[in-house]
Amino acid sequence: MARHIVARTTDIPPGGNKVVTLDGRDIVVFHVNGEFFALLNRCPHAGAPLDKAACVARLTSPEPGVYQRSRVGELLRCAWHGWEFDMRNGQSWFDPSRVKVRTYPVVIEDGETLAKGPYVAETFPVHIEDSYVIIET
Amino acid sequence: MAARIDCDIHPAVGGTRTTLLPYLDDHWKEQVVSRAIDGLDLTSYPPNMPLSGRADWRTANGKPGSDLAMVQRGAFDQLGASHAICNVLYGAQAVYDPYMASAFCKAINDWIATEWLARDSRLRASIVIPLQAPDLAIEEIERRAGDNRFVSVLVLAQGESLLGRRHYWPVWRAAEKHQLPIAIHAGSQYRQAPSSIGWPSYRYEYYLAEAQAFQAQVLSLIYEGVFVKFPKLKVVLMESGVTWLPAFMWRANKTWRGVRVEVPWIDREPAAIMRDHIRLTTQPFDGPPDAAGVADIIDMIGSDKMFLFSSDYPHWQFDGDDAIPPHLPPSIVSRMCADNPLETFPRLSLAA
Amino acid sequence: MSDVIDRPMLDQEASARTRLRIIDCDIHPSLHARSDLNPFLSRRWQDHLKTYGDHLRTPYIGTTPYPRSSPLIARRDAWPPTGGPPGSDLDFMRRQHLDPLDVEFGLLQVLDMFIFSQQNLDFGAAIQRAVNEWQLAHWTSREPRLKAAILVGQDDTEAAVAEIERCAKIGQYVQINVSPRANEPLGRHRYWPIYARAQELGLPLGIHVGGYGGHVPAGGGWPSYYAEEHQSNAHSMAATLTSLILEGVPERFPRLKIVFIEGGFGWISSAMWRMDQHFERFRTEVPHLKRRPSEYVRDHFWFTTQPIDEPDEARHLRSLIEWVGVDRLLFSSDYPHWDFDDPRFAFRTPLSDAERAKIFNSNARALYRL
Repeated sequence: MARHIVARTTDIPPGGNKVVTLDGRDIVVFHVNGEFFALLNRCPHAGAPLDKAACVARLTSPEPGVYQRSRVGELLRCAWHGWEFDMRNGQSWFDPSRVKVRTYPVVIEDGETLAKGPYVAETFPVHIEDSYVIIET
Repeated sequence: MAARIDCDIHPAVGGTRTTLLPYLDDHWKEQVVSRAIDGLDLTSYPPNMPLSGRADWRTANGKPGSDLAMVQRGAFDQLGASHAICNVLYGAQAVYDPYMASAFCKAINDWIATEWLARDSRLRASIVIPLQAPDLAIEEIERRAGDNRFVSVLVLAQGESLLGRRHYWPVWRAAEKHQLPIAIHAGSQYRQAPSSIGWPSYRYEYYLAEAQAFQAQVLSLIYEGVFVKFPKLKVVLMESGVTWLPAFMWRANKTWRGVRVEVPWIDREPAAIMRDHIRLTTQPFDGPPDAAGVADIIDMIGSDKMFLFSSDYPHWQFDGDDAIPPHLPPSIVSRMCADNPLETFPRLSLAA
Repeated sequence: MSDVIDRPMLDQEASARTRLRIIDCDIHPSLHARSDLNPFLSRRWQDHLKTYGDHLRTPYIGTTPYPRSSPLIARRDAWPPTGGPPGSDLDFMRRQHLDPLDVEFGLLQVLDMFIFSQQNLDFGAAIQRAVNEWQLAHWTSREPRLKAAILVGQDDTEAAVAEIERCAKIGQYVQINVSPRANEPLGRHRYWPIYARAQELGLPLGIHVGGYGGHVPAGGGWPSYYAEEHQSNAHSMAATLTSLILEGVPERFPRLKIVFIEGGFGWISSAMWRMDQHFERFRTEVPHLKRRPSEYVRDHFWFTTQPIDEPDEARHLRSLIEWVGVDRLLFSSDYPHWDFDDPRFAFRTPLSDAERAKIFNSNARALYRL
């Protein structure tokens, strides 16, 4: 498992995302509700870029006309055909066990810890006063 | 004799002033006679059109399906049914006056009970209802609920509003309560053009468009959440054609996956809901010409519970004595003649 | 679930990639703003466009009563970085679509301006001309891969024929387009002068889904949801196929080639079986038909492939293709709409190289004489 520094936490505003290329793959990192999530930037349906997906609430309903919202912003509606994926685990809404996006563990480390090493650098400059987003591949 | 339940036959009303008159109250008797109110045969089925009656099922005079003895000979003796469900297509549902519609629907149901169901214990019927006034429709359902010979509720494929709409829900509640599936039968109230592209020139063209009307009804019932509200309700498509179903299922699934946020109370794929709640009578089938194609279609549909045997007597859907569409796999044939109808119309099992 | 979806994406891409250049039969260019048409409109119609605007059989000025799945019905990644709506920037269309997908030719289908549905027929005639000129000026003259169609409001048949004549003289259009949601079903005799001209000119007749004909999407009433209304596109195409055949359009115009665009193709086989099944019962109503309805489909109709059907089993998609016939299919992407088909991934069933070549290129090449 390799650990990659991909961004300072301040590089990705809440509700935003950043796309990085690691080991030849595009990975999109989302910042939502105080957490960071990393997914392969490719919808398993037809390859659409998930960084352009709409970030929406998890929407359920017990009966017609009732709309229950939770985990606002943590569901992705794919930019093309609107398939919904949970950022946390990459699972699709309609077939969570068989259709999912590859997810990557994300860790936040402070500069002081990282300065001691080891980490895989695409030589990302590290300052001890900042926090960093680390993705494990 | 093994049970073979014909889920769709059509006894014909001769006329309002003739057949139905004895079943109208004094007010409506006077209206019908003094204003010559009659002739409610639907535009969908002109009686002399070839489809409306196979040549050997027509009498010298009178509409096809108007003679009980002939119907018995045809549906039971010739085509081998053990029981048959009567779906009367006389267009009481299509008048605009809701009270006239209610009175005429009641008359049709009284007539079928008295002159058909009472005379042959093998016969059952769908309750004809005035859907333009949902509360009056519920009254009619409640009126027949205690009569076990009525096994379903009849509506037309093309009414005023799509059947999933909220204002119909109390009617479906009543139907579900009494274990009455909704039988949607081909036919139109002609409140709007029968097709999204306008008014067809030919009866043939109109008839083909019915398949799309059924599809729109299925989508409406599903997406409006009728099966969420009424989980025990079943809906039967009668004389709808069958082979459009697979591509329709896939398109619905594909759409739902992308547009689910619009209808979040639909928590599983539309095709799965169809397999649980929608049934189809098998005439017409509209099958491919070869056995491999038919097997493919059955495989694509993915459920052996959806098919219900029917002859559509006296409509001309096939020649000869075999109402079962060609090339159907034996597993389907064995289920569709008795098991599936009994499951779909629970009241068939009740003492009549 | 589909045996194909579970495979890693990289495998699919590798197996689907051939050196085939594709012909995309359904691309939607957009106006930046309606005022883009001003150079092609007289002062009178510029003013009308700005003031009265559209007059359509729908409740809203600026939108549909069935809100779409995404803004402007588009893929969320198709908004050009320079501004403007999806489909409005040629450079971005090249970078995002034409170049990476190796599009040899792309057929333009303009939906802006609702040419086919304008109630004010004179306004309709003015803007159809403007849009037909705009296609050449802004798109096909700058990008030789793109091809234009002559768009005509079918319900003013005289004006439609005049516009066809005008455009035919210019000679840079590959198709004549009308809408399936017209005043009347397209098979009706009032539209035949358009078909006669199309046949004489040897130009295919293109029928793209949509339009505001004002009729209910199905005979039983108005649906509540976009989820329902979206599927009614296929219904309109099935009804249009029926009308054209039953009225005798291919019988009367045997050299006319008819293309159904954005209807998909899954519904066609059952429609053919159903027409044939009931032909015997209704034959005396349509004595002018000399052949079985499905035979007319095989000889006179083509169908663009998007939105492709997604059965759970790959072999079922194969059946759909074989039932309608590989020769009848024309690949289309519907770029930049949300339900876009990517040519690399849309066909989740094995196709031989010859079949792939036909669907993605040679069928359209022959039909449109490219």
